[in-house]
Amino acid sequence: MTAAPLIEVEDLRIDLDNGASHVAAVEGVSFRIDRGETFGLVGESGCGKSITALALIGLLRRPLSVAAGAIRFEGREIQGLSAAAQRALRGDRIAMIFQEPMTALNPVSPVGRQIAEMFVLHKGKSWREANQLAVEALANVRVPAPERRVKDYPHQLSGGMRQRVMIAIALACDPDLLIADEPTTALDVTVQAEIIELMRNLCAERGTAILMISHDLGLVANVCRRVGVMYAGRIVEERGSDDIFRACAHPYTQGLVDSLPRLGSRAALGRSRLREIAGVVPAIADFPSGCRFNPRCAQATEICRTTAPETTWLGAGGLVRCHHHA
Amino acid sequence: MKLGTSAIIGGVLFALAIFVGLFAPWLAHTDPVMGANLMNAEEPPSWIWWFGTDAQGRDIYSRVVHGARISLTVGIVSQLVNSVIGVTLGLTAGYWGGWWDDVVNGLTNLMLAIPSLIFALAIMAVLGPGLTSLLIALGLTNWSFTCRIARASTLSLKSQGYVQAARVLGYGDLRIMITQLLPNMVGPIIVIGTLGMGGAVLAEASLSFLGLGIRPPYPSWGSMLSEARDQITTAPWLSVFPGLAIFLTVLGLNLLGDGLRDVLDPQSRSRRA
Repeated sequence: MTAAPLIEVEDLRIDLDNGASHVAAVEGVSFRIDRGETFGLVGESGCGKSITALALIGLLRRPLSVAAGAIRFEGREIQGLSAAAQRALRGDRIAMIFQEPMTALNPVSPVGRQIAEMFVLHKGKSWREANQLAVEALANVRVPAPERRVKDYPHQLSGGMRQRVMIAIALACDPDLLIADEPTTALDVTVQAEIIELMRNLCAERGTAILMISHDLGLVANVCRRVGVMYAGRIVEERGSDDIFRACAHPYTQGLVDSLPRLGSRAALGRSRLREIAGVVPAIADFPSGCRFNPRCAQATEICRTTAPETTWLGAGGLVRCHHHA
Repeated sequence: MKLGTSAIIGGVLFALAIFVGLFAPWLAHTDPVMGANLMNAEEPPSWIWWFGTDAQGRDIYSRVVHGARISLTVGIVSQLVNSVIGVTLGLTAGYWGGWWDDVVNGLTNLMLAIPSLIFALAIMAVLGPGLTSLLIALGLTNWSFTCRIARASTLSLKSQGYVQAARVLGYGDLRIMITQLLPNMVGPIIVIGTLGMGGAVLAEASLSFLGLGIRPPYPSWGSMLSEARDQITTAPWLSVFPGLAIFLTVLGLNLLGDGLRDVLDPQSRSRRA
């Protein structure tokens, strides 16, 4: 990793402030993504991965706000930019696709128009040009008969097709970073594989970096070169995705890995239950002191209950936050 | 697109009224104002005088035909003004919220608390009678329902995925309002607008009947009714035909509004495919 990364998050803290209480939903989150790199954030619901993504594009809204830390895009602090400058960044340089392709498209506007709007908005094209570019964009995401499909309304398309349209919209302006927030959760497994493959290929062609957010460790490790595991608002482990299955260092990551079903394990080990992580994610308002994972951790000792673990650097840019890391 | 029976009947009635209004000079038999001839005063309806004549011997049919122009102009223009005001206020209030929402809400409640006809009367009293003041008075007094609907639609649409997505994709506020919010609320706005148009035709008739709208000798359906009220027992056709015109036009607009409600649901567009 050299020079200025594409995006760099440093010690990010996001506060949830609903009048009476004031708590940190995300704390001490740091990571960097280089040009063309793929980085994944994994964690359970409510661990803060989606609001971290929203903070990256400057769209946190009350009661959430960035309380501390820095988010730098190509060395420029995003928080310091004017609203107009942030808006110009969104969609053009940083794009995002969502979990629900059903609702993320405007139901009363033909999909071609929604793609074309990106060229008009960010590239200053005329509608005529933009409409032609929209046909090309649809062809790029392998939608058959794009000249006819541009006139379709979202409800006339299948879920997979809609997600393709979303990808076409997101990649319309050749962004530097694509944030994919649970991009395939709402889709069938077969369609899921196609969409992931498509997204990965298109981004590789264009040199677009991907920040993928998911609860599915297997999926993220498959797509991304590096993976950050989030738990209760903190990154507990960050590794190359190859290492994460082979030698994960944090007990939580170990728990996630163990809870994945393995093909063929029944023949080798006999019939057994999938292992689960005992307990539930704590609510934001009552995160435990010390290591936030300690109430659910089998290896927890006294120090885990009192002191938050410091970052330990592992080889190859990996890091872990645990007092007992292997 | 499948239109219900009521929408078709309503549409035909409204289209007929528009047609009559547009081609009034060719459809009328005599000049509605200057065509007075005391030799023909108070003739009942016949093959020569289809709707009869009034005390000055003017042809009621010609006056009703010309009256369509005024009534429809007032109905359409004033409702357009209402829709523009209502949508602008409601959309911005719902979208931005905060103090602006409070102001608009207060204003809307104020407008709803004052009977709109009384308010229009007050404006007319200040501006004086005439077509322009009628348009202003009715255009400024009936936007509260549109505003409420626009605001409510905005509030529910604002949390929709595609509105959020638009923000993420770098759309500005104005672009979100015009491309994402407005097209998704156009159905209910048109329905309210159509019903409101019927209301405006009635309001014009009421104001003219009270002598504050269109003044004699120019024919509007309301002013014709006003002039006819003394002769309602001796020459009922003077009241019946303008009354019928108002009735059919308003009925048509109401049926059309109801029918459009079913058609303008975006989901029903799939039937076209």
